[in-house]
Formats: sequence, structure tokens, C-alpha cells
Amino acid sequence: MNLLLQRHPINSALSLVVVMGALAVEFLLLGAEFVAAIQVIVYAGAVMVLFVFVIMLLNAGEEERTGGSRVAWLLGIPAVLAGMVIVCWALLSEPGSVALGVTPQAQEAFGNAPAISQLLFHQFLLPFEVTSILVLIAIMGAVVLAVRPESAQKTKKEI
Amino acid sequence: MNITTFIIVSVIKTALVLFVLLTAVAYTVWLERKVVGHMQNRWGPTRVGPFGLLQPAADGIKFLFKEDLTPPHVFKPLYIAAPMIAVIFAVTSIAVIPFGNWFSVGNFRTPFQITDVNIGLLVVLGITSLGVYGVALSGWSSNSKYSLLGGLRASAQMVSYEIALGLSLVGVLILAGTFSLRGIVEAQAGHFWGFIPNWFIFRGGQIFAFFIYLTAAYAETNRIPFDLPEAETELVAGYHTEYSAMKFAMFFMAEYANMITVACLASLLFLGGWSGPLFGPGWLQQLLPLLWFVLRVFGFLFVYIWVRGTLPRFRYDQLMAFGWKFLLPLAIANLVVTALVVVLKP
Repeated sequence: MNLLLQRHPINSALSLVVVMGALAVEFLLLGAEFVAAIQVIVYAGAVMVLFVFVIMLLNAGEEERTGGSRVAWLLGIPAVLAGMVIVCWALLSEPGSVALGVTPQAQEAFGNAPAISQLLFHQFLLPFEVTSILVLIAIMGAVVLAVRPESAQKTKKEI
Repeated sequence: MNITTFIIVSVIKTALVLFVLLTAVAYTVWLERKVVGHMQNRWGPTRVGPFGLLQPAADGIKFLFKEDLTPPHVFKPLYIAAPMIAVIFAVTSIAVIPFGNWFSVGNFRTPFQITDVNIGLLVVLGITSLGVYGVALSGWSSNSKYSLLGGLRASAQMVSYEIALGLSLVGVLILAGTFSLRGIVEAQAGHFWGFIPNWFIFRGGQIFAFFIYLTAAYAETNRIPFDLPEAETELVAGYHTEYSAMKFAMFFMAEYANMITVACLASLLFLGGWSGPLFGPGWLQQLLPLLWFVLRVFGFLFVYIWVRGTLPRFRYDQLMAFGWKFLLPLAIANLVVTALVVVLKP
């Protein structure tokens, strides 16, 4: 909630870090400690750092208050409430699925490192490799976009 | 043991470890000043107490009483929060580090560790990743060009070397088979060829991983030769330019606490943790592993300070090239070789 309500983007980014942390804690509660740790390391530790970099470099100031339209408030809040009611009803109607503790079956079944590696390198090997190639293509695209054109390099000062 | 005993014991352990850690941070500063001083052919602090041993106390009092001014052009919430973030993350990772074997009195038994999670190593890596925020946010919120540049350089450097750091540890993980730090130390028990201990640096052949880890750790903790972000001659003082008194002291504490954590990890993962000759009565046998562990950590801190007194600083592009073009491929090669050896050995 804080993520949406903050006016300054850097506060929103930090709230997003807290959201990632909360997700990691949820993973922990479900018994998936490896996923929780990886969530913190990758998401909160690297991806969000890059987000914060971007916000810092772009010097994005506070948002202006636009006043908003009355219609948005009139339609929006009941719609959000209705959506939340539907989600909660769907979750609660399934028997025994809202468990806050770690069941022994869950602990052996998924989330810990051996189980994940078993799945990742046997059943999901092809998606794993394709995802890594996708990330490589994204990196190459970023590098290509960031390289300055030739003409600008002649006027670069000696640093 | 029941829940109340567990809570009381954990609180006692946490308080004790925190106290020891903060004292160690203060005396690491003293050690650094003495060692660097002697390397530069001068005494370090000698006036305050014998051998200058009370110098950290004097420094602490000075920091408490210094004027804690907040410049008007800073972004206040983050300016105040950033040093706290840095210190919190630096001190938290000590919670999963084991210092010794079990401690038993009567039929009460507890490990010399605040908590032993079975992903201990990943927890430490995660907290190190989060420590980048303290630096980046302090640089940005200070609203001055030196701070911003210092903060950005520092965070870019820390993020780049985290990768090499993590990869160098995967070799150790393959050999140990568990993420739990206590498990990794226990996998290094015993000797081979009669007298050489079974540490991963010898038997596991992780000598390259050891050096990669140490180098990446120097870069993570922003120490020479990678301390461009806080270099006084280049950037005024980098990301902590606009900080005074207690907040500056907090950054200092965070840096030295990070150093100590890195030294603890290196001794746990590569040098066998707390193994060493055990002798004497029962209670002494429980405390001796602590001594061996502390000796290793002290050795690492000494090497840290030694390197600081000896090497010149990397230029920023050299630093980044070193991290990405040299350390990272070397770490991956180490990982591949270790995995091959483990799989192909009969």
C-alpha cells in the first residue's frame, strides 16, 4: 500500500524492497527456505538496486498532486474492495489450503535446494536454458542501446 | 528444551555476540591504526592508555559529543536512515555464524551460534547484497555531487563483486553438500596424509576460490585496493562526505563489521572453522575451538590491514574490468573444475 501512496519515487522503490522482503518471509513460512534466500539475494539485492540507481540518476522529483477525478474514487474503491472479497472467498472456500505453518509434507515436497535442483535440471532443463539465453539477449540489447554513436565520441573530452 | 529456555538462551547469546562484535569493531580500528602506523615506520596511537588501547574509547566519546549537523539540502528521511541501514545489515549477518562447537552444562546443550539455519550461507550472501542500499542511499540523499558519484561507484563496485563472491563459494558448497555453515565446517573435520587438516583450501583444492573470495571481499567491503568510493584524494570522502559525528561513526562501524563478517566466513568456509588441537579438562575443551576460530579471524583481519598498508588503489575502470573480466571467469572456471572433479572421482 505504501508503494502506491508515496509521492516521491525513491520512497516507492524502498517500499518495493520491503515488499520483496515480505514475499521472502512468506516463502519461508511455506517451508521454501532456498527460494526465500534467492528472492532476497536476486530481487531485493540486485534488481531493486538497479531500480534505485535509475531513480537516483534520473533525479525524479516528487509527483504533483493532480487532484484526481471524483469518478475514479467513486468507482475505484468499491471495485478494489469487491476484488479483495472475491479473492478471499476463493482462498477460503478451498478446504485446508490456508495454512500458516510448515507442514511436514510441504517441507519435503518443494522449496528446499535438493528438490528445486531436481526439478530444475531434470524436468525443466529446457526452460532453464532458454531463460538464460533470454537474459543474455536482454543484456546485449541493453549494451547496444547504451553505446554512444560514433560521432559523439570525437567530441569526448579527455577524462 | 522448552520454549522459554530457548528464548532466554537466544537473548543471552545475541547480547553477548553483539557486545563482542561491537568491541571487536572498535579494536579492529585500533589494530588497523597500529599496524598501518608500524608499516609506515611510525607508532600508531600510543598516548591514550597502554599501547593506545583506550583509543577506541576516546574515539567513541568524541563521536558522541561531536556536533551532529544535518545540512539543509539533504533528503532528510533517507539521510538519517541510510547509516542505520548500513549498520543493521552489517551486524545482522553475524547471527548465523558459528563460533565453536557445542556448549553443554549438565544436560543443557546449545551451539556456539545464535541460530543454525540450513541456508546459513545464503542468508549471509543476501544480507551482503542488501548492504549495498546503505551506501547507495547515503550517496544519493546527501544531495551533493561528490556523494552521489561516490555512492554510485561504491554500489556498482559492490554489486559487481558480489557475483564473483557468490560464485567462488559454490565450489565449497559442492564439496560440502549443505548450505548450513555448521555443516560446512563439519565437512572439514579430520586429516589426510596423516597431519594435513582436511580444510577445503587444502584437500578440496579450493585455493583459487580462496583467493577469489578474498579479493571479492576486499571489493565488497570497500577496502584498499578497492576503496575508490571513499578515497579522500579523489572524491573528498565519497558517499559519506556530508555525514558527521554519530552517523559517520555508524558507517565506520558498518565497514569494520563487514570486514569481521568476511573474515569469519573465510575462516569457516576455507580454513576449517574452529578445528584445532583439543586438550585439557572438559570445560577447556569447549572453549578451545573458540580460541582457534578467533585466531583465524584475527589472521584474516591482519591480512586485510596488511594489504591496506601495502597496495595502491585501483582506478575505477581497472576495478570494474578486474571484477568482470578476470575474477568472474576465474570463479566460473573454478566452479566447473570442482564440479568435474567431484563427479568424476570414484
